Amino acid sequence: MTATATSFSPDSYAGRRERRKAIAYGVFFLLVAAMILWFFAAHSEGGIISTMKLNPTTKAKIIKVPDLKLPTLTTMIVLGLLTALIGFYQIIRGFKNVYLWLGIVASMFVFAFLVWATRGRSINLLGILTFAVAAASPIAFGALSGVMCERSGVINIAIEGIMLAAAMMAVVVASMTDSQWLGLVAAILTGGLMGWFLAILSIRFMVDQIIGGVALNIFALGITSFISQRFLQPIPDLNSGGVFKKIPIPGLSQIPIIGPVFFNHTPIIYILFILVIAIHFMMWYTKWGLRTRAVGEHPRAADTLGINVFLVRYVNVIVGGMIAGIGGAYFTIGSVGRFDENITAGKGFIGLAAMIFGKWTAVGGFLASLLFGFSDALQAKLQILGKAQVPIPSEWLLVIPYVVTMIVLAGVVGRTVPPAADGQPYEKQ
Amino acid sequence: MTEKDTSQLPPSDGKGTESLAEDFRSNAVRDAVLLPILSVFTGLFIGAIIIIITDNTVITAWRHVFDDPLAAIAATWTSISVAYGALISGSLGIVEIWHGIQAMMQGQGSAELGVAMIPLAESMTQSVPYIFAGLAVALGFQGGLFNIGGEGQLLVGGLSSVWVGYAVTGLPWFIHLPLALLAGIIGAGIWGAIPGILKAYTGGHEVINTIMMNWIIISLSAWLLKVGGPMSREKLPITPEVLPTAQIPQMFSTQGNRFHWGFFLALAVAAFVWWLLYKTTLGFEIRMLGANPKAARYSGIHVRRLYVIVMTVSGALAGLAGSVQTLAVDHWVGLGFSGGLGFDAIALALLGKSHPLGVVLAAILFGTLRNGATRMQSVARIPIDIITIVQALVIVFIAAPAIIRWIFRLRTGGEAAAPIFTKGWGS
Repeated sequence: MTATATSFSPDSYAGRRERRKAIAYGVFFLLVAAMILWFFAAHSEGGIISTMKLNPTTKAKIIKVPDLKLPTLTTMIVLGLLTALIGFYQIIRGFKNVYLWLGIVASMFVFAFLVWATRGRSINLLGILTFAVAAASPIAFGALSGVMCERSGVINIAIEGIMLAAAMMAVVVASMTDSQWLGLVAAILTGGLMGWFLAILSIRFMVDQIIGGVALNIFALGITSFISQRFLQPIPDLNSGGVFKKIPIPGLSQIPIIGPVFFNHTPIIYILFILVIAIHFMMWYTKWGLRTRAVGEHPRAADTLGINVFLVRYVNVIVGGMIAGIGGAYFTIGSVGRFDENITAGKGFIGLAAMIFGKWTAVGGFLASLLFGFSDALQAKLQILGKAQVPIPSEWLLVIPYVVTMIVLAGVVGRTVPPAADGQPYEKQ
Repeated sequence: MTEKDTSQLPPSDGKGTESLAEDFRSNAVRDAVLLPILSVFTGLFIGAIIIIITDNTVITAWRHVFDDPLAAIAATWTSISVAYGALISGSLGIVEIWHGIQAMMQGQGSAELGVAMIPLAESMTQSVPYIFAGLAVALGFQGGLFNIGGEGQLLVGGLSSVWVGYAVTGLPWFIHLPLALLAGIIGAGIWGAIPGILKAYTGGHEVINTIMMNWIIISLSAWLLKVGGPMSREKLPITPEVLPTAQIPQMFSTQGNRFHWGFFLALAVAAFVWWLLYKTTLGFEIRMLGANPKAARYSGIHVRRLYVIVMTVSGALAGLAGSVQTLAVDHWVGLGFSGGLGFDAIALALLGKSHPLGVVLAAILFGTLRNGATRMQSVARIPIDIITIVQALVIVFIAAPAIIRWIFRLRTGGEAAAPIFTKGWGS
């Protein structure tokens, strides 16, 4: 509720509240430090080394870097003591930007966990990061779609359903034409069509946008499962669209670490990078972006100034649907090449959370998606390490992205302010 | 909305008041009865179109429409009549019941009638979880909260009840059964309370949080139920069978008739929810919160506490859907147990206008449809998901009555207040 201002006098009610909050964060940091020392440091022996591989396993042309070899016990103790130090400082003096330090402490905990889990073994850290970017991409497309829609004042909770429908259309068209590019076009068109439906419902018929979105989600789930059972299962040829080939970008992909992580992917992910920049530029440096934001903040004022509120919203929601459609294509022709029922598994909703986390901006949403993608990748790679290294059931790790989403939504990382007219239908007077 | 409502008040000049009031009443009745019926009808009609255009025989027949137009029409008719015929006979079986009654009149005993009753009884059986889950969503709607977490909550309810049902031994049924039900209520209540608490104290939107909770319990149940997991059988990824002392008894002894006392429990709970909403202070506060949260806050209602209460009760109701289904019908829980029920509940809560009586009627309709669709799947090979599509369409038509009015050329007027959730994120 209250901002993180430190200007309150310590005696006032708000001041005391702020102080209590600051101490609570400090105690939390100390708890994290205790966990690192208790669980990880106490359960690792001296002399054992954790190896983090930083070079691709394939014979790609790349400038090699030495692998990261960390003595497990020492790393644990250093990380634990550092976290404790941050905690003590937070309690005694208090950091100005506590959320930043929360992020740092969380990263240190995750890193400690990773190093501990690989004690005496090696893990392909580069592989985790590369997969994180790939896993982040559908979430990021969802976030971008959300930014397009919500900046113009339309809540798009149907991203999940749009992705699901697009994922199926992509694989079907790619299977029939033997071209992933045509599959991608089909996914974009499907997304645009679904976006158009949502726009009609929420703009023309002024249906509650959450209900309209949920209806679209249920419809997408029903129609894709129906078609999957009626056509894709009896005719497997319709459900083998192949996967986009990875295209390393010449030059850039040879940079150590960053090259393979960001510049050796399928075209879908390059489209994502381009879109992040394009939407950022469009939203903040063009006439259309200004109109979009005006319509999302105060549609009546925008209307008075001669902006066509309905047109702006229609275009943004349809384009948003198309973007979500590309994200849908990732699930099939961007990763596994086939469609399964409910293949999106809630990623569309996580995309919305990423959008909120990223404060309704393209770049912020993208960075937030990387966080979710990382938790996804971590979960996948920890499973490979096996029970002896990570004594946690793999199903528990599956929960991580969803729990992170809820924590993010709870505003642990700072309050976010949506566009003022978000979700409100506009009625012309 | 409020502006419109006041404009419908009859004028104070006495003259013409009666006719206006009558007009209003008829409009309200029309909106409450005619619109849902037309919505379901239109949904089924579009469902029929989807069945036709995805049927290979029909497509082939229409390809040769110029050679033999009658065959094309005949193929279309066959396709749809076989499908919806199976839907009706599989869910109601009226013809068979009639034959059964005739047989009984002729003194051949009631065996045939007993068998003929099975489809109808099964429809009622399938409507039981719908009643609970629909009430859960409807209660949330009344309080202005959108609980999409029914799917997860009923899984939690089912798991908790089944656990008490097989792990606690040596109790008489009149303690064991209520205990098992209570476990489901508490488990699912807590599961529902978490998004409620997050909504109340952090502003995290309940729609996303309940969906995240769904995925969390789906992952966790995969761990609980996998072979060698804490709740699985030795060689099967399902829970052990509930002990007879914790089972809800079935009413008929006919083989295949699964109708059980849980149906009446569902009706009793619906009556309870009605009483809670319309006859208690808490219910008044809930409805006020749903109608206008700002006004509720200014009038001194503890809004945060109410959010938590509504989500807890809503979760518990959804949990009962899982509990009763497992204790009465399945007797164990496996993966994919909830089967989309939590989402169907949204459609039927909207269809029933969030009123307990409306929910019960809508739930019986949906149970019947789902039961018939199972038959349709086996007879006409039409995936049961057609019902999901129809439900999505019903939601759209109920939420946008203008579409139905336009299709059927109905007069506008008597606009009922649709539930409004979209107040932006985190408010």
